[in-house]
Amino acid sequence: MALLSLQGVTKSFGGLTAVKNLTFDVEAGAIISLIGPNGAGKSTVFNLITGIYMPSSGSIVFDEHAIEGLKPHSVAARGILRTFQNIRLFSHMTVLENVLVGRHARMRSAAWDCAFRTPFAQKEERSSDAAAMELLEWIGLSRFATEWARNLPYGMQRRLEIARALASEPKLLLLDEPAAGTNPAEKIGLMKLVQSIRDRGVTVLLIEHDMKLVMGISDYVHVLDYGEEIAHGKPDAVRHDQRVIEAYLGKGA
Amino acid sequence: MLNSLVTWLPFGLSRYTGRQVLFGGFIVLALLLLPIVDSNSSHVSAVADAGYILLLAFGLNIIVGYTGLLALGFAAFFAIGAYTYAFVASPQLASPAHPDGYHVSFWLMLLVSAAVAAAFGVILGAPTLRLRGDYLAIVTLGFGEIVPQLFQNLDKWTGGPDGIAAVDQPVLFNYHFGFNPTPYYYLYMAVICICLVLLANLRNSRLGRAWMAIREDELAAEHMGINTMTAKLLAFSMGAAFAGVAGVIYAAKLSTISPSGFDFNMSIMILAAIVLGGMGNLSGVLLGGSIVAMLNFLILPQASNWAHAIGASVHSTFLMNVDLTQYRFMLYGIILVLVMLFRPEGLIPSATVRAELRESMKSPEVA
Ligand SMILES: Nc1ncnc2c1ncn2[C@@H]1O[C@H](COP(=O)(O)OP(=O)(O)OP(=O)(O)O)[C@@H](O)[C@H]1O
Ligand SMILES: [Mg+2]
Repeated sequence: MALLSLQGVTKSFGGLTAVKNLTFDVEAGAIISLIGPNGAGKSTVFNLITGIYMPSSGSIVFDEHAIEGLKPHSVAARGILRTFQNIRLFSHMTVLENVLVGRHARMRSAAWDCAFRTPFAQKEERSSDAAAMELLEWIGLSRFATEWARNLPYGMQRRLEIARALASEPKLLLLDEPAAGTNPAEKIGLMKLVQSIRDRGVTVLLIEHDMKLVMGISDYVHVLDYGEEIAHGKPDAVRHDQRVIEAYLGKGA
Repeated sequence: MLNSLVTWLPFGLSRYTGRQVLFGGFIVLALLLLPIVDSNSSHVSAVADAGYILLLAFGLNIIVGYTGLLALGFAAFFAIGAYTYAFVASPQLASPAHPDGYHVSFWLMLLVSAAVAAAFGVILGAPTLRLRGDYLAIVTLGFGEIVPQLFQNLDKWTGGPDGIAAVDQPVLFNYHFGFNPTPYYYLYMAVICICLVLLANLRNSRLGRAWMAIREDELAAEHMGINTMTAKLLAFSMGAAFAGVAGVIYAAKLSTISPSGFDFNMSIMILAAIVLGGMGNLSGVLLGGSIVAMLNFLILPQASNWAHAIGASVHSTFLMNVDLTQYRFMLYGIILVLVMLFRPEGLIPSATVRAELRESMKSPEVA
C-alpha cells in the first residue's frame, strides 16, 4: 500500500481545470518529483493534498485514510507537512520559535497547561526546545536560533521553512520549489538536503520547475502540463520523452 | 552572580537577567510603599484605577497583540464582568423570595465573572472569527455598542441608564474594603502580578506561539497543524476573562456601575494603551497602560486644577473653568495617530524585544 495515493483527482476553478484526472502513488521512503512548466497545476496538487482545496472529483488516500476535504490542520496532524512556493515564515518570531510552531502537532499542552506552566508543560517545553535545537543544528541554522526569521538571508529562510516542516516529524514532506530564487550553490545544497531528509526516513514529494535539478535525486518523476499528466517514469526515461521535451520547449521546437 | 541567582527564581522569572529582575523588583517595592508614603487618598485611588486599565490592556493584548485580531468593542467584556458581579452582589435582583437580592462572595465572583466573560468571548467569537481584518473590527465594534445599550435598555433588570447601586464591597477575613482606596490598590497589584505571570507563561507556550503564528501568517499556521479557529476562540475567551476580572473589581471599588462607563471610548482608550506601549510586548503593554491611566486619572485632572489656578491669577474665565479631562479622548486620538506615524512598533522598540529574546536563550532550560 502506497503512503499517499491520488485517484482521478480533478480540480476546476470556474472554467479552468487546473488539475485533470490525476492518478499517482507515492511509495514510502521515496523522493517523488512533480515537474512541469509554469501554471501546469503543480502547486494546486499540493493545495489539494493539504486541504486548502477540496477536489472537484477523485480521492486522496494517505496512510490508508481518505483525507480529501479535511482541514489543513488535520492533514498536518496526520503527518503531511509542507513548504510554500513563496516563503511563508512567521517573520516576527525567532528562528527557534518558528521551528517550535512546527512542532505544534507533536505537542499536547492544553490551554490550561500553557497558562499555568504545569509540570507537564514545562517538561514538554524542554523536550521540544531540545528537539528544535537539534533540528536547527542538523540543518545548519542553530547559530541563528534567536534571530527573527525575517532577518535571515533568503537561502537560509528556505532552509528554515524546511526545518519548521520537519519539526513535527512528518511522514510525508511536500516541498514546493524549495530552490526557487536561490543561487546555484544553494540549489545544490538544497538538493543534497532533500536527499538527507529522505535518509532520515521522511518521504518527499518535490515540486520543481527546473527539470535538470531533480533528475539526479528523484526515484520517480511525474510531469504535468495544463493540469494533465503527460509522462511519468524514472528520471532517465522522462528526460527523453518527446511530449516532455515539447512541453518544456514549446510545440514549435 | 546576580544572573546565576536569577536562574533559581520560580514562575518563569528565570528567563530574565539579574538587572531586569532587580529593576522590576524596585518598581514593585516602590508601588507597595506608595499608599504608605502618599497619604492623599485621591492619588492612591487614581493609581489603583490604573489597575483595571492594565488588566483590560492585558486582555486586549492577547487578542490584538498576540493573535493579531483587531477587536474594537473590548469594553463589552468589561461591562459583562461588572454587571455579572453587580447582579448577584447587590439588592438589584430583590424579589419576594429574596428581599435583599443576592450577595454572592466577591472572591468567588472574580472567577465566575471571568468565566462568564470568557463564555461571551466564545459566543461572540464563534460566528465572527472566520471574518478577517476589517470585517472582524466592524463586527466587534457593533458588539461593543450593543452590550452597553442592552444594559441601558433592559432597565427592568439593569436599572437602565442609572445602573446598579449599592454593589457589595469585598470582605477579607472580616476586613471590609469599603470606600478606602488602599485595599483595592493592593488587590489590583496582586491580581496584576498573577495575570502578568499567566501572560508571560502563555507568551512562551505552545498556545502563545500558535497565537503569534496566526498573527504572522494564518494559512501557514494552519498548515503547521494549528487549529486556527480553536486558537482564536481561546484568545478571545482568555482576553475576555481578563476584562471580566477587571469588571468585578471596578464595580466593587465604585460600588455602583452604569452603562456609560463601558462605552466605545473605553475600548479606544485600551487600544491606545497597547498601541502606545507596543503591541504583543508585555513591558510595552505595562508601560502604555500606565501612561494612559495616569493621563486619565492623575495628570489631566491635576492639569485642570493648575489651569484653574493660572486662570484665576490672569483673570481668564476660560482657563478658570476649563476641564481638561474632557479632552482626553482627543488626546488618545492624537496618541494613536502619532504612534502610528512615528513609532508603529510602540514605545518599547523591537530591539528590546530582541534583546529580551536573546536573554531567554541563556536560560539553562534551552541549552
Ligand atoms: N485559487 C485559484 N483560482 C483560480 N485559478 C487558480 C487558482 N489557483 C490556481 N489557479 C490556476 O490554476 C493553474 C495552475 O496553477 P498552479 O499554481 O498549480 O501552477 P504551478 O504548476 O504551480 O505553476 P508555477 O510553476 O508557476 O508555480 C494556473 O492557471 C492558475 O492560474
Ligand atoms: Mg507553483
